[in-house]
Amino acid sequence: MAPKRTPRQAVAKAGAVSSSRSLATESPATSGVSTPAASRIPAVPTAADTSAIVYQAWNSYVADTPRKLKLVDAFMVFLVAVGLIQFVYCILVGNYPFNAFLSGFSITVGQFVLTASLRMQANPNNSSQFEKFTPERAFADFIFGSLVLHFFAYNFIN
Amino acid sequence: MVLLPSSIPQSAAQALPLLKALILLTIAGAAIASRLFSVARFESIIHEFDPWFNFRATKYLVSHDFYSFLDWFDDRTWYPLGRVTGGTLYPGLMVTSALIFHTLKALTLPVDIRNVCVMLAPVFSGLTAYVTYLFTTEMKDEGAGLLAAAFIGIAPGYISRSVAGSYDNEAIAIFLLMLTFYLWIKALKLGSAFWGALTALFYFYMVAAWGGYVFITNIIPLHALVLIIMGRYSNRLYVAYSSWYSLGTLASMQIPFVGFLPIRSSEHMGALGVFGLLQLVGFSQYIRARLPSRQFKVLIMVATVGLLSLGALAVVGLTFTGVIAPWTGRFYSLWDTGYAKIHIPIIASVSEHQPTAWPSFLFDTHMLIWLFPAGVYLLFQKLRDEHVFVIIYAILGSYFAGVMVRLILTLTPVVCVCGAIALSTIFDQYTNLATPETSGEESRDGESNKEESSSSLLNISGLARAPIVGIFSPWSRVVVMGSFLVYLCMFVQHCTWVTSNAYSSPSVVLASQLPDGSTHIIDDFREAYYWLRKNTPEDAKIMSWWDYGYQIGGMADRTTLVDNNTWNNTHIATVGKAMSSREEVSYPILRKHDVDYILVIFGGLIGYSGDDINKFLWMVRIAEGIWPEEVQERNFFTPRGEYRVDEQATPTMRNSMMYKMCYYRFTELFGRQGAVDRVRNQRIPSPTTDSSATPIQLNTVEEAFTSENWIVRIYKVKDLDIFGREHAAAMAFEEGKKRGGRTIRAPPSGGRGKSKARVLRV
Repeated sequence: MAPKRTPRQAVAKAGAVSSSRSLATESPATSGVSTPAASRIPAVPTAADTSAIVYQAWNSYVADTPRKLKLVDAFMVFLVAVGLIQFVYCILVGNYPFNAFLSGFSITVGQFVLTASLRMQANPNNSSQFEKFTPERAFADFIFGSLVLHFFAYNFIN
Repeated sequence: MVLLPSSIPQSAAQALPLLKALILLTIAGAAIASRLFSVARFESIIHEFDPWFNFRATKYLVSHDFYSFLDWFDDRTWYPLGRVTGGTLYPGLMVTSALIFHTLKALTLPVDIRNVCVMLAPVFSGLTAYVTYLFTTEMKDEGAGLLAAAFIGIAPGYISRSVAGSYDNEAIAIFLLMLTFYLWIKALKLGSAFWGALTALFYFYMVAAWGGYVFITNIIPLHALVLIIMGRYSNRLYVAYSSWYSLGTLASMQIPFVGFLPIRSSEHMGALGVFGLLQLVGFSQYIRARLPSRQFKVLIMVATVGLLSLGALAVVGLTFTGVIAPWTGRFYSLWDTGYAKIHIPIIASVSEHQPTAWPSFLFDTHMLIWLFPAGVYLLFQKLRDEHVFVIIYAILGSYFAGVMVRLILTLTPVVCVCGAIALSTIFDQYTNLATPETSGEESRDGESNKEESSSSLLNISGLARAPIVGIFSPWSRVVVMGSFLVYLCMFVQHCTWVTSNAYSSPSVVLASQLPDGSTHIIDDFREAYYWLRKNTPEDAKIMSWWDYGYQIGGMADRTTLVDNNTWNNTHIATVGKAMSSREEVSYPILRKHDVDYILVIFGGLIGYSGDDINKFLWMVRIAEGIWPEEVQERNFFTPRGEYRVDEQATPTMRNSMMYKMCYYRFTELFGRQGAVDRVRNQRIPSPTTDSSATPIQLNTVEEAFTSENWIVRIYKVKDLDIFGREHAAAMAFEEGKKRGGRTIRAPPSGGRGKSKARVLRV
C-alpha cells in the first residue's frame, strides 16, 4: 500500500495539526493587532494557555468520541504519517520514479480524504447534514471510492 | 400527447413517467434528426479539418491495438520531424468510437467505421439533451428540465460543433461536461463520496476527450471557494470536493498528453489550493465544534490566513523558479484579447479564436440570449448551493464566449439551462389555475410545445406552487402564453434555418446554386486528394499551408510538412516563408525539406473565399515572426496600404511563390474580356488585354494538376537541373529552343480541358 498526498495538502494538514503548538510563540504579535473580538479578551494567549487548550481538546476528544470513530482516526493518523514519510523521502532522497512517488502519495491523500468523508458521514453529530445516510451507506461509498482510487494508482505506478 | 386532454389529476400523475420518457425520446430524436442535414444533402462524410485527423487516428486504433495506438509515432506528418501522436492527442473520442465499432461488430452488426464516426456527434447530442434535463431538474423542476433538454437539443450554438460528420472532440465533450456538472451537483447535494467518485470518473473521461477539461478543473474549485466565502461550508462540500479532487487529479494524470500537468501547471493550481483550503476549513470546523474558546477561534483564523498566504507565496515562488509551468499562450489570450495578435500570430490566425461579434450570440442562441439574464436573476432569488454553481458558470461562460468565437459552445448549455428556468417560471405563473383553454391551446402546437404541456401537467398535479403575482384575468394569460408560444415556434424555425444554412456544410464538398435553382456539387478537394493518392509515389512529401495538412493525411494518405496540430511554430513559419518568398529563395527551402509537391487552394475562379490568397497575410505574419529581416508584411501592401492582387500589386507580392502558383496561367482562361479574380473582384493583368503585362513564369516548379474549378492546384517541385544551371536559365534556354516550334504547351492535366466548360456554367 503506497501512501501519498500532494505537497500543498501535506503542508496544510501538517500546519493545521501543529498550529496549536507552534502558534504559542508567534501569537503575541499577531493577535495583538488582529480583531475587535480578540481585544475584548483580556489575556493574550500564552504558551500555558495554548497547552491548556490542547489539553482540554484532547480530553474532550477522548471522552466524547465513539470507539469506532477513534479507530477511523487512528487510520487517518497512520495515513498522515505514511504520507509524511514519503514526502520527506522524496525531498531527501529524490523523486526518481516520479510516477511511483506520485501514485503512492496520491493514495495516502485520497485515502485520507475518503476516510475523513467516511468519518463525517458516520459521525452521529453530523446526521443533520447527511440525510438518509446510514453508516453502512457511508461505508459503501468509502469502498467504492477506494476501489477507484487504487485502480488508478496501480495503473499509474508503472 | 394523446393523453393530455383527458387530464384528470390521478391519471395524469400515472402517465407522467411515461410521458416524460416519450418527450425525452422525441427530443433526442429531434436533436439527432436536425443534425443530419449534411448527410441528407451531401453524403456520409467527415467534415472540415480536425475531424479528418481524428478519423485517421480512429482508423489506426481500429486496425491496431490500444497500446500501439498510445505508442503511435507518426512519421507521415510534420516531415521531417514526425509527431508522437499517441502522446499528444486526447484519445477519448477515438476510443469511444472504436468501442462502439467493436461492440456493434460483436453484435454482428457490421458498420463501417466511417459511419460510426459520422454519426457519433448526433447520437451524443441526444445524450446531452438527456443530461441537461437531469441537470436542470436539479436546479428547478422537471418542467424546466424538459424545456432545457429541448433547447440544448436544437440550439445552433451546440449544433455548430456537432452536426453529423463533425467528428471532433467537442462532439462528446459537451455531453461529458454536462454530465460531470450534474454529478458534481448531485455529489454536493447529497454529500456522497460515491457521487464524488462518479464525478471524478467522468471528469477523467472528459480529460481524455477534450482540452477544455481545464474549464471543469477551475469552475468546480471556484464554486467551492465561493461557497466557503459565503459561509456555506458544510461537510457535504468537503466530502464532494475532496473525493472529486483526489480521485480526479490522479485519474487525469493517466492520460499521456496531460501527464504531470495537474501538479505542474498554473491552470491546475487553483484546484489544488482550494483542496488544501478545504482541509484546513474542515479541520478547524471540527476543532471549533469541540472548543468554544474565542481565543482559539482567533488563533485558527490567524493560522488559516497565514497558511493560505504561505501557500499562495509558494505557488508564486515555484512559478518563478520554473517548477510550475506558467500560463500557456492560449490562456493568456483568454485574459488579454490583444495578446495573441501581438505575440502568437499562429493562435490569432485561427478564425475560431477571434473575439465574438455581437450578432453571433443571437444567431447561435436566438431568444434564449434574452431569457438567459432573466434565468440568472431567478437563480439569484433562490440562491441555493447549486444555483451558485450555475451563476458562476454563466458569468465565466459569458466572458469566455465573448473572447473566443468557438467558446460560445461552452456557453450554450448554461444559456439553455437558464432560459429554460426563466421560461418554465413564466409558465408556472401563468398556468397556475389550469384553465381548459390554456392546456387545450398548448396541445395544439408542434414539437417545441410538448414541454410546456408537461409543465402545465405538473401544475395540474400540484407540483408547482408558485404564488400568483400577476393579473388574474384570462386575457393576460392568453396574451403571455400566446406570445411565448409564438417565440418558441420562431425559435424552432430559426434553429432549423441556421442549422440547415450555416452549419451543415462539410467544407470538403461545396454546394452552389445554379441559375435554375438546382444544386451543383463542387468536389474539387476530393478530386485533388484522390489525384494525389493515385498519381504520386507513396512517400511523396506534400507542402501546403497547415490548414490542409490533416485532409491531405486523411484523404490523400501522403506525408505533409505541417498540419493543423500546431506544436512547432518555426516549422510552420518555414512553410510560410517558402510560400511568401521569391522562387530563388524558396527553392532551397523546398529542397531541404524534400518537398515533392506543393498544394495551394485558389478560389479566384469560382469565388471560393476561404482560399490561400486570403490566408496569405497570416503566412507572411507567421514567417515574419521568425525571420523579420527576410519577410516583411509591409511589402505585401500597396503604398496606400491596400492588399491587392491586380496590376497595382507590389513586386514582392507578385514574385511570391503563392501569388505565382495561384495565378499561373489564370489569364489564359479568359479571352478578350480580361481575367477577373472573383473573390477579390480585381482584374488580373493579362497579356491578351494589356500589352505591358507579362505572363507569370514558374521556373522551379511545374504545374502537375489543377482541379475542375481550379480550387486545388498542385505543383511538382523540379529536380536540380542536370547540367547544374539555375532553373531560370534552363527555362530561358528551353524557351529559346522551343521558339518556332510549338508555342502553346498542352495542358498538363486532364482536368484542365474541362475547366473552360465549367467556367461558363458557374
